[in-house]
Amino acid sequence: MSEIEEPSAPRRVIGTPPTAPPAVDIRKEPAEPPFDAEPENPRHARNAERLVGALFVLAFLAGCGFIAAYVGLEVGSDRLPAGTNAVDAVLRSNLALGLSLSVALLALGTGSMIWVRHLTPNIEIEEERHDLRSSDADRAAFQKEFAEGAAISQVTRRPIIRRTMLLATAPLALAPLLLLRDLGPLPGTSLRHTVWRKGLRAVTLGGNRPLRPADMDSPGTMITVIPEGYQDDEDALAKAGVILIKFAPGEMSFPNRYDGGTLVATMNWTIDNIVAYSKICTHVGCPVALYEQTTHHILCPCHQSTFDAANGAWVIFGPAPRPLPQLPLMLDADGYLAAASDFTQPVGPSFWERG
Amino acid sequence: MSDDAVKIPAAVSGAGGWLDDRFHGARGVRVLMRKVFPDHWSFMLGEIALWSFVILLLTGTYLALFFVPSMNPIVYHGSYVKLDGIRMSEAYASTLNISFDIRGGLLMRQIHHWAGDLFMVAIMAHMLRVFFTGAYRKPREVNWLIGIVLFTLGMVEGLFGYSLPDDQLSGAGLRITEGVAQGIPIVGTYIAYFLFGGPFPGNSIVPRMYILHVLLIPGLILSLITAHLFIMFHQKHTQMPALGNTEKNVVGQPFWPYFLLKGQAWFFFIFGALAVLGTFAQINPVWLYGPYTPLAISSASQPDFYMGILEGSLRMMPPWEYNFLGHTLSLSVVIPALLPLAIIFTGAALWPFFEQWATGDRSVHNINDRPRNAPVRTGIGMAAVCFYGILWAEGANDVLADKLQIPLYTVTWIARVAIFVVPIGAYFVTKRICLGLQRKDRDLLSHGVEIGIIRQLPSGEFVEEARPLTDEERALVEAKKVPAALPAPGEPDANGVPAPGARGMMGKARAMANRAFTETIVAGDGHGNGHGHGNGHGAVEGGEHAAIGSGEAEGSPEEH
Amino acid sequence: MGNRVSSITARRRHPAAGYAAVAGGLVVVGALYSVLSTGGASASAPAQADTSIANGRSLFVQSCSSCHGLDAQGTTQAPSLIGAGAAAVYFQMSTGRMPAKEPGAENNRKPTDFTDQQIYDIAAYIASLGGGPAIPSPEQVSTVGANTALGSQLFSANCAQCHGFAGAGGALTYGKNAAPLTASTPTQIYTAMLTGPEAMPVFGDGVITPAEKRDIIAYIIDTRNEPNPGGLSLGRTGTVTEGLLVWLGGLGFLVLIAMWLTAKRRDHARPESEPLNHE
Repeated sequence: MSEIEEPSAPRRVIGTPPTAPPAVDIRKEPAEPPFDAEPENPRHARNAERLVGALFVLAFLAGCGFIAAYVGLEVGSDRLPAGTNAVDAVLRSNLALGLSLSVALLALGTGSMIWVRHLTPNIEIEEERHDLRSSDADRAAFQKEFAEGAAISQVTRRPIIRRTMLLATAPLALAPLLLLRDLGPLPGTSLRHTVWRKGLRAVTLGGNRPLRPADMDSPGTMITVIPEGYQDDEDALAKAGVILIKFAPGEMSFPNRYDGGTLVATMNWTIDNIVAYSKICTHVGCPVALYEQTTHHILCPCHQSTFDAANGAWVIFGPAPRPLPQLPLMLDADGYLAAASDFTQPVGPSFWERG
Repeated sequence: MSDDAVKIPAAVSGAGGWLDDRFHGARGVRVLMRKVFPDHWSFMLGEIALWSFVILLLTGTYLALFFVPSMNPIVYHGSYVKLDGIRMSEAYASTLNISFDIRGGLLMRQIHHWAGDLFMVAIMAHMLRVFFTGAYRKPREVNWLIGIVLFTLGMVEGLFGYSLPDDQLSGAGLRITEGVAQGIPIVGTYIAYFLFGGPFPGNSIVPRMYILHVLLIPGLILSLITAHLFIMFHQKHTQMPALGNTEKNVVGQPFWPYFLLKGQAWFFFIFGALAVLGTFAQINPVWLYGPYTPLAISSASQPDFYMGILEGSLRMMPPWEYNFLGHTLSLSVVIPALLPLAIIFTGAALWPFFEQWATGDRSVHNINDRPRNAPVRTGIGMAAVCFYGILWAEGANDVLADKLQIPLYTVTWIARVAIFVVPIGAYFVTKRICLGLQRKDRDLLSHGVEIGIIRQLPSGEFVEEARPLTDEERALVEAKKVPAALPAPGEPDANGVPAPGARGMMGKARAMANRAFTETIVAGDGHGNGHGHGNGHGAVEGGEHAAIGSGEAEGSPEEH
Repeated sequence: MGNRVSSITARRRHPAAGYAAVAGGLVVVGALYSVLSTGGASASAPAQADTSIANGRSLFVQSCSSCHGLDAQGTTQAPSLIGAGAAAVYFQMSTGRMPAKEPGAENNRKPTDFTDQQIYDIAAYIASLGGGPAIPSPEQVSTVGANTALGSQLFSANCAQCHGFAGAGGALTYGKNAAPLTASTPTQIYTAMLTGPEAMPVFGDGVITPAEKRDIIAYIIDTRNEPNPGGLSLGRTGTVTEGLLVWLGGLGFLVLIAMWLTAKRRDHARPESEPLNHE
């Protein structure tokens, strides 16, 4: 019942050569530390004890402070008195709660540190490492029983079971992957088009105002525009954002450019020295918005792809592989700037099927 | 001697007996109480990760009670009046709610985010410690691999975590993720559309990341941490070379009560440090970034630091793209997405096995190496650190350009060159430093430690006195195992065919690697090799061979 | 020896003495600097008194014509100012960018030696040469009743990519920087948007209306005056400073604690006069 054999191990002190290692049972530890719970220097230990006590009392007070701060400091404009700055209130609350929490935790930590370092006796013991590798006898016994079990299961002798077992589970194993199919629609051709179409007006982002060329009379003017009516459609905006840049006469000049037979950039698509480029970087899709009017560089802040706005957004530095697509511009019946058609190439990052 | 053992209160021993009746615990728990955990400050780095994870679980649970993982647009009318009337997702609005309308909400949010960062810092520091001390060697290779998986999971978990509030900064990161996914050959557009549930930004990514971030990945991390700790427990921790430490023992203080007390102190300090950060250092101020819109972006847009290596590799690439047969392959996206992390993770995963192959060393190692005693490992480790570090720094290139007044493109060009030159240079410099330190150790053994007393000899020469090493110092300096050179393959046979094992590219590569690994300086060179000392020094170590590092270790050096 | 020495002298060999001396020196120098250095000229919202074009011309000839030409027609070193307008002059001079310290370099904000009246005079002179955008009145730059929320959207869309989400500034190409917005007055912000100084694009009233400009100004002022509820702002530059702090402050602090926790324990049973060697 409680008669557990436990071969007693010899007492060992550090530095003496080890005796022969005991049997394989890893739960038997030979070393027993000489038991002495008294600290070496009682006066020092008493001082340490008092210090630890003081620190724990400090932690207690700080913890109470945390509770008081929580109860006493309100946040949120619906619970604060009218006219209180909500951000100030959060600042006070955060400071009070955080400071009390920090003091409590650090006091606990310091107290525990001093406790273990100055109150406990300085005992070191030695534990033996046993070979991780099992003995040959154990290994042989394991192999024997494993082989016996395998033989009993008949798997080794019944090829039909073996071969059909994997077959049976294969489709079920694939089923979870199959079930993921409806995570999203197939891309189809949706990456090739944006919502821009002939006659769709460009409106300013934020102001939602259509623009006439005269609104951009100063060379160096730049503004972000979106298709009219789509200001709340983020999926559309993520591809349809456009920047308009105004140049002085003669400043902008680039030849017609083609991408596999399709015209993708031409001065004919500008109006009154105003050019429209896609705001979606052709690298990985950040809004490319930094415009330096002195160098007419458009810089994307994500990875520093740089495009020359006076040269059809030609790439002059950085990882972007293609110039920014140009949006054909026209004036609609009321004289506002509008798209003459959709972009003639897919906007944004490259993809395998792009062509 | 002391008093008798402390009297345990009846309630405690009663409860203990009740449990033991059911769980047979007495002997097992005794083993646990007696377990020794060696003491070294660098062994505590992994615990920083462990306790940070616990704090992440606690604060994360609190946040999950208030966070709304939905991208449905609403108009904000909360306490942060600067954004009143703005259209934003519910996720962003609930984050503003947590920050400004819930007591302690901002504190919990900040502690949670700092803990996430500290978790990754600790993993990286711990991983470097394990690498540079060779603690990944047999029998701990599996634990090393588990650690690498934990590192990867941590990165992904952090990425999803900081993207949940759907703010301008993390949304830009998601945009980059989508653009990179889209650029993957053949399956890219499908991956992007399946991930986001359609075109970007869609309505699905936040709720999907949410369930991965609060359920699936923490579950995986928790189980892997449990396995990681259990293996470490079962195999016992390694220990640093010191007097009395052998391959067959563990020296230190027992678990009960020392390790518990120290663990308690350590937990409170880690939590305390995170509380201090959460109180005094603002992190991820999403109200300043604003809600995510796809057409706005800020300068200095960087992800959290552990994703910096991906950001840097994207910034560093030249614009390489190829079109063929109606398809586009964008290497400027695919290479950064796949290559640097593949190099680091695959290299790290294969390293223990590569080292075994090169050195032929398949013995169990429970004593750590001093980094100087493994020059090739330390050199390659520093090269990897430099590789990682350059990519990481390049991820902040616009901040560096702005703050250090270096032109923007120059920073990128420096990184493009440095990524090749610096790791190679770091390897050679580190290796030389290690060999130099080994030489210094050898001199310590032969000449002793200089003690700052200058003595003038009758001949007029000045010598510095030295004392012999103490036993502890000697044990530390002598503790090195020189990896044995591989047994030389036999002679080529009559037809000139070299012996198996030395044949072919693999054989030659192995021999070359082995030579590099065994190039080292053995302690105890004897009579100071032309150092110009007089004879006024302490005990001289008798002559063991010195195979001075120049790659000619054809004969295996004697093991000390 | 019987000499009495001051407590400072007695402690001069203390291990921390060197650090204390350096720290004390830093404190003294810092205090002196902050007391003695003057801030930049505060150019608050202008009250345009009568301007004297004649005075403006003579000031212009004295301070600006060496680069801009005697009739502001421009030279190889500086562009023509005909048509630049009063607003541009106001911005460049009130922020101290002009007179430029050297031609060709990027001009950063610095203290100006000109009074507000002198700047108005020069601006009036330049405006008389060829027109151009005028200096806005105080009502035009007042943020009373401005829609700060709309301002945040406009700022995000048009300004944050250069100036940073909180106006902390950012890097441009070829060594240029977009300036931090911490010291700009409402008139300076307005005139900068209106005239597009240096590399900044022009945001004329046609693309960002005066009301929208006021909304943006309100956003900038509100944001920079807003306290940081989470603690120190770490520069409001985002994750780079956060990463530095967690590595150096977080890990650094904890490593020191770990070293304390695992340090060899001194044997307190020994008498104080015989300390053990410890690492």
